[in-house]
Formats: sequence, C-alpha cells, structure tokens
Amino acid sequence: MTQTLFTNARLIDPEGDTDQIGALLVTDGKITRIILQDGNSGDALAGLDETDVTVIDCAGKCLAPGIVDIGVKVGEPGERHKESFGTAGQAAAAGGVTTMVTRPDTNPPIDTPEQLDFIRRRATDEARVNVRPMAALTKGREGREMTEIGFLMDAGAVAFTDCDHVVTDNKVLSRAMTYARSLGALVIGHPQDPGLSKGAAATSGKFASLRGLPSVSPMAERMGLDRDIALVEMTGVRYHVDQLTTARALPALERAKANGFKVTAGTSMHHLTLNEMDLADYRTFFKVKPPLRSEDDRKAIVEAIRSGLIDVIGSFHTPQDEESKRLPFEEAASGAVGLETMLPVILRLYHAEELSLPCLFRALSFNPAKLLGLDCGRLSEGAPADLVLFDPDKPVVLDRFKLRSKSKNTPFDGARLQGRVLGTWVAGDRVFAEGQA
Amino acid sequence: MRFDHRHLLGIEPLRPDEITTLLDLADQYATYNRGRDKNAQALAGMTQINMFFENSTRTQASFELAGKRLGADVMNMAMQASSIKKGETLIDTALTLNAMHPDLLVVRHPHSGAVDLLAQKVNCAVLNAGDGRHEHPTQALLDALTIRRAKGRLHRLTIAICGDVAHSRVARSNLLLLHKMENRIRLVGPPTLMPAGIDAFGAEVYDDMREGLRDADVVMMLRLQKERMDGGFIPSEREYYHRYGLDAEKLSHAKPDAIVMHPGPMNRGVEIDGTIADDINRSVIQDQVEMGVAVRMAAMDLLARNLRARPKTVMV
Repeated sequence: MTQTLFTNARLIDPEGDTDQIGALLVTDGKITRIILQDGNSGDALAGLDETDVTVIDCAGKCLAPGIVDIGVKVGEPGERHKESFGTAGQAAAAGGVTTMVTRPDTNPPIDTPEQLDFIRRRATDEARVNVRPMAALTKGREGREMTEIGFLMDAGAVAFTDCDHVVTDNKVLSRAMTYARSLGALVIGHPQDPGLSKGAAATSGKFASLRGLPSVSPMAERMGLDRDIALVEMTGVRYHVDQLTTARALPALERAKANGFKVTAGTSMHHLTLNEMDLADYRTFFKVKPPLRSEDDRKAIVEAIRSGLIDVIGSFHTPQDEESKRLPFEEAASGAVGLETMLPVILRLYHAEELSLPCLFRALSFNPAKLLGLDCGRLSEGAPADLVLFDPDKPVVLDRFKLRSKSKNTPFDGARLQGRVLGTWVAGDRVFAEGQA
Repeated sequence: MRFDHRHLLGIEPLRPDEITTLLDLADQYATYNRGRDKNAQALAGMTQINMFFENSTRTQASFELAGKRLGADVMNMAMQASSIKKGETLIDTALTLNAMHPDLLVVRHPHSGAVDLLAQKVNCAVLNAGDGRHEHPTQALLDALTIRRAKGRLHRLTIAICGDVAHSRVARSNLLLLHKMENRIRLVGPPTLMPAGIDAFGAEVYDDMREGLRDADVVMMLRLQKERMDGGFIPSEREYYHRYGLDAEKLSHAKPDAIVMHPGPMNRGVEIDGTIADDINRSVIQDQVEMGVAVRMAAMDLLARNLRARPKTVMV
C-alpha cells in the first residue's frame, strides 16, 4: 500500500464549487480522504502509519483535479515530425493535463478498430498521462459512410467526430447519429457552415476588410449549430459542440439545453483569451479554426463559461511545423499548440476576476470527464488521483522554444503570464515536477 | 521634410505630412519626366529587382522605367515561371534574392500580407506593388497626385470610389490615403462587392450609383476583377453595366467639373463607357499612368536616401 498525503493545499473542487485549504490523502492511486482545515486535521490523520506515507507540503498552492483536454491532435500516425505521443505526453504533464482525448484527424484518419488499437499501444508505450482516443464518425472523414461505431467503442473510442470536416449530407449524418444513439455513443460536431467558411482565414468585419483577408461571417457558426440541433432533435443522439466561439450562436444552445436535448458545448483557450485584432501583423501562429472573433464575442463566451452554458474548455492542441506556418497568412496551416500553455493562459481570466478557479476547473476537468463517462475530474473520495498542483500567481514569460511539444507554434510566445504548474500526478504517480526535465 | 520608413508596404503607416513630402517630390519628377534629358542619378549604383508573383504589365513597366530613369540597375523576375513552380517557398525565394544584395525590391503577390512577410526577411528596402486585397500604396499615391494636379488640392473633396471594392487593394489604399488627407469618401457598388464593416473607416456606402455620384468632385472607377471572382457576386456583366457602369447619364449627377479616374486595365462596356474613358475633358486616366512613373521615382528616391543614411547591415 503506497500513500501520499498532500498537506496545506488550496483545494480547488469544481464539483462542490469550493476553494479552501485542506489536506488530501492518496492511497494506491485513488483519493481516499479529504480533510478540510476547519475540521480538526489531527483526528483525520489518525490511523495513518506515518512511516509509510509520503508527505507533500503544498505550501498553500492550488491542488485541483487534472485537466481532461478534449480535442488534442497528436501527429501519430502520419505526422510524427510534428508531435509524437511521447512529446505530447510530456507537454500534457507539464501543463497539468492528465487525460488527453485525442482527435482522429490524423493521416490516415482513425476510423477502424485496428487503427484505434495502434493508438492505444503507442499511447501506453510513450505517454505518461491518460490517453482516451476519439474515432472518426464517417469513414475517411469523408462524410459518406458511418464508421464501425460499435467496434470502435469496444476498442475504447470515447467519442465520434470528423473534426473540422463537416458532414454536409444530412441523410448520412442523421443515420450516423441514429445509429450512435442506439449505442449511447457521443457525437462531436464542428458547427461551421462549410459553404460560407470555405477559404476563410478571418472573421468578417472591418478588421478583416482592412487587412484584405478572406473572411467568414460569424453567422456561419449559428447556421451550423441550428442544423446540428435539428438533427439532434430528430435522432435523440448525445451531441457535443467542439467549439462555440460567437455570441450569436449562444441562444440556440441555450434553447436546446432548455428543451432537454442532450447537447453540450466546448470552446477553446484561444477564443477565450485572444481576438481578431491579434491578427494585425499577419502572424500565422494566430491562425486557428474557426478564426479568432471580435472582442464582443470573446466576452460573451467567457460569460457563457461562467454561467455554465458552455461546458468545456479545451486547448485544441494542433502542432504545426515551422514550414506550414512560414507562409502568407491565407496559405498557412491553422492551429496552435496548447497542452502546456492552457492553464497559465486561461488563468488570465482568473486574474482578470472574470472566472473563479472552481469555475475554470469545472470546464477544464469536471465537465469533460463527466461528458465522456470518466471517473476522474473531481476531488472526491474514490476518484483516481489525477491531480495538478500549481501556483496561480507565479509570473512567467513564455518562451516557445522551451515548450516540450515538437512543434512550437504558440501565439503566446513572449507573453507575460501568471501561473505555473508545480507538479502533476496521474493515478497517484508523479509525472511532472517543476524544475525537472 | 521627413519620410522615415525603411519600406513602403502600405498607406496605413504613413502620416499626412509624409504623403505630402512624397507627392511634392513626385511633382518635381513629373516635370522632369517631360524633359528631354532623363539621366538622374538618385539610384546610381543601386540594384532594383522587380518580383511579380502575379501578372502585371503597367505596374511592372512603370517601376522598371522609374528605376532606370533614376540610374538603378533593374532586373525583372517573372516569378510565375521561376522556382516558385518548383515548390520553393516565398521566404526561401526572398532569402535567395537577398543574398544577391539588391537595394530595392519591388514585390507583387496574390496573397494579403505576403509582402509584409517578405520584408521581415530581407535587408533591402521593399516596395509593395500590390498584395492580395490588402494594399497597393503607389497606386493610391499616384491617384492622389493626379487629383491634386487636376483639382489644385487634396483635401475637402468628395470622392466616389465605385465598383468592386471587396476585391480591390486599390480601393483600400485609396480609402486610407484620402481619409488621412481629410476628404469625404463614398464607396459605391453592389452590396455583394462591398467588404463587411468598411463604413467604420469613415466612408459612406451607397448601392445606388446616382446617389453615390451626386456632387462628387472625383469619380474613381474600379476594374471588375473577373479573375478573382469565384462566381455569384453579380448576376451578369450586362446588368452590372446597366446599374454600375459609368456612362454620361450617371456621370451627370456628379459635379460638372468632376474628373474620372480608373486604375486600369479597363473593361470597356463593363464598368466604364468607352466615350467617357476617352473624353479628354473628364478622363484623367492617361495622367494617372504618367503620374505613376513620377510617384514611383519619388518613393524609390526617398527610400534610397534612407538606405544611404544608415550603415549597411550584412545578414550572416
């Protein structure tokens, strides 16, 4: 029996919406006891054979459930020069991400149980954090035939998505959703109308017009969402929106939730912390999909996280090599790395007093775990000891070449951030310690 | 007199007094160009490379002539036929040319922001000869000089920019420049060819041409960029001509002494009636071409002065 006792920790509990000092005991990889300071901690420690217990003094820093990041792109198979399970796992551990939920938009796409098996083997061999793969909803992500959803679930797929390939044929999508519903599978959609979005590199408005960039109306998101919600109503499937990024899409989500549909939504760290003005110098590291929005949209999305209308925050970690980014803006690849930077970046919202820490971890850990039926994401007895210890106030100047990802495409290079991960534990094992490689 | 810029990438970074400085110098070059002896030495000993990633006849010829009249060694590179076809990236092409130590690089590229990107990678002066739908600064400057010479001033004029604004870098640069010089600007065209949010830059937007031209001092027509349209912006060329083509009747709504401009090449019978384009009392289209050479001489002269004023840095 191995036991670890975290003492003097600021426990961030998203489930109970609390933020208080206490201690937490881990036994054999599970959280077995939580002792809050206002109780008598002396009694609580009774019965522990102190020689067996490793004590970690958290010195008043924050201890929270590890992040469950839905939508991580790892370059395996096909683009291992951009990211491998090894490097992604290190980046995740350094960023407090204890579960990576991987995207199937690899080359080739993950659309058969055999490929999923390859992912599981590579992940087990290389990554020290949990890896939960998603699989494609249609074969080849081509939007024509559904994948073997049942076999893929048996092989461990936690959700089904064609990522940024929108299934345009409503008949195909409605059948895939109906079939998925019968198995209780979760379908994740990318609600951006593909016709309007085609070729766009920015959100339309005065800013894109001045810069002369091909742009898409923010209405494309609402149109995509409206269609998907109609299909959810028709099929009854469990449906999650990968990223909602515009104010005008929010009322549709609110109505769908009020109507009792099984609809949830996520958003990205970039859309919560950046806006279209960041594209001013044509810096391609700011090119993401969907494109960065206006400041009004950003504020609306932050408010939706606060109110709980949007459930999940993800990094949408998308490694791109230098060659795919050193191009004119229109030609450059989309996406940014985020596994390692998400927590310090998103803490900007905490420091700006827009969101509390329990609220942030509700969207980073608790909700995504619940959505995927995982046991983690909470600080409660019996839950796996997937934990992140961080100092929310420590200042950092981000240097992209120090990131652990193989790809260094972060828009936050040189940014002054506050917050640093001090340690990360997966099932009670320490997978990251600050100051160690 | 100040013109403190290393490159000429757009109108956006220029101050009104810098624009005036450049136009004053261009005015002198316009007179000079009409003389018999054209052997100025402002760019003597300098190398100018014209890199055109997009087809151009008049702009390239204008830059070439401007460089030669100032004594530069001018080289034209037709990028469409070159290594870009072999898969070389823009940055590699730029670095290759940079290693040949040019002093002035004139670049046109089909993508917005590409010239800015290239300018970050070279240590010569870069002139933007048009990038995507972003900017075409020398066109706006030559238009400004043409207006100033025809109207005697470059402020408090009502200027209507008409046609395919959405796909036009000429419209953007002109809008920025004319706004900086405190003119009243109207953008006229079908809403499908009007970029979103453009009214936020101090322009009035009209979709009725007659209203848009009412009492205008300057009517600036834009080319209908057929090669940029992936379809569906207008129902047909003939309906476009009927509603937005400049003919005598529509022009009659402007001031009686209004001038007509066009950046060329013209689609006669699509956006402009041939007789208007050829009317020497109204059309200043030939003057625009003439001022083009003068403005480009002035721009390269000013950038060359800045080059000579600073120590040459060698990229290792």
